[in-house]
Amino acid sequence: MEQFKAKNKENEKNKRALVNEMKVKMPAVSENESTARSVVNAFVAHYDPTVEELADIRCAVSEAVTNCVVHAYGGRGGVLYIGVKAYSDRSVKIEIRDKGRGIEDVKKAMEPLFTTDKSGERSGIGFAVMQSFSDSVKVRSVPGKGTCVTLIKKLASEE
Amino acid sequence: MANSRIVVTTDGARLTVAPRGEIDHHSARSLRERIDSALYSARPEVLVLDLSHIDFMDSSGLGLLLGRYQRASEIGCEVRLMGCSARTKRILELAGADKLFKIEERA
Ligand SMILES: Nc1ncnc2c1ncn2[C@@H]1O[C@H](COP(=O)(O)OP(=O)(O)OP(=O)(O)O)[C@@H](O)[C@H]1O
Ligand SMILES: [Mg+2]
Repeated sequence: MEQFKAKNKENEKNKRALVNEMKVKMPAVSENESTARSVVNAFVAHYDPTVEELADIRCAVSEAVTNCVVHAYGGRGGVLYIGVKAYSDRSVKIEIRDKGRGIEDVKKAMEPLFTTDKSGERSGIGFAVMQSFSDSVKVRSVPGKGTCVTLIKKLASEE
Repeated sequence: MANSRIVVTTDGARLTVAPRGEIDHHSARSLRERIDSALYSARPEVLVLDLSHIDFMDSSGLGLLLGRYQRASEIGCEVRLMGCSARTKRILELAGADKLFKIEERA
């Protein structure tokens, strides 16, 4: 509770309060792509999102999580961290973090159709999908240390 | 499990594959194997990817579609999409892939 109060002070300037939060940690393996979508879905569902908003969130989360599994750890596995926060202004913030290889040039990586994949089964639109399906996408990455993708989705007001 | 996730039907020179459920990076692998083996054994003139029973798809799903387009083109087979949701169309458009496929509405 104390922690909550401190965080709420921090949010006062934005005229919003933290309503709920969740932290999950799981191995970055492909079967957890759907696990991640489901847990975030379950968390956000409490705040009366539209069916469309929930589907947007599932898709954006899936992109970020898949990138951790495929690119950050190159399929070798590692740890995937997901943090979700819901605020009183109906915005939802989702952080997807890995301690994988990191991204050399984030701006370039985010360009549509840019991919480092060699299998021919990827088209480099993951970041474009995240941008299209959420209100904001921020990427912080340190080569050799890891990547953190922050997605923000503003849910439409109720009624 | 893997077998129940996709229905494959042939009708003359037309091969239809209808995956069910969710297409993500995890499920794409077995779907890819099933579609490719059906494609190479039937060698159809037209491959129809029927997406009407898909309830989730992300960029890995798009990768699956584009990969099949590539394989089919190599053996002179045309690829069509059927039952695309508005959301799937949006993903296709992000990649400029909507122009590659002939899109059939549900029969
Ligand atoms: N978490 C990550 N760690 C390391 N590299 C990453 C990470 N996320 C993305 N990248 C890099 O950014 C590139 C672009 O990512 P994006 O999701 O847009 O496309 P993709 O994953 O290559 O293809 P698609 O998502 O369409 O299947 C990747 O090819 C990869 O090089
Ligand atoms: Mg990706």
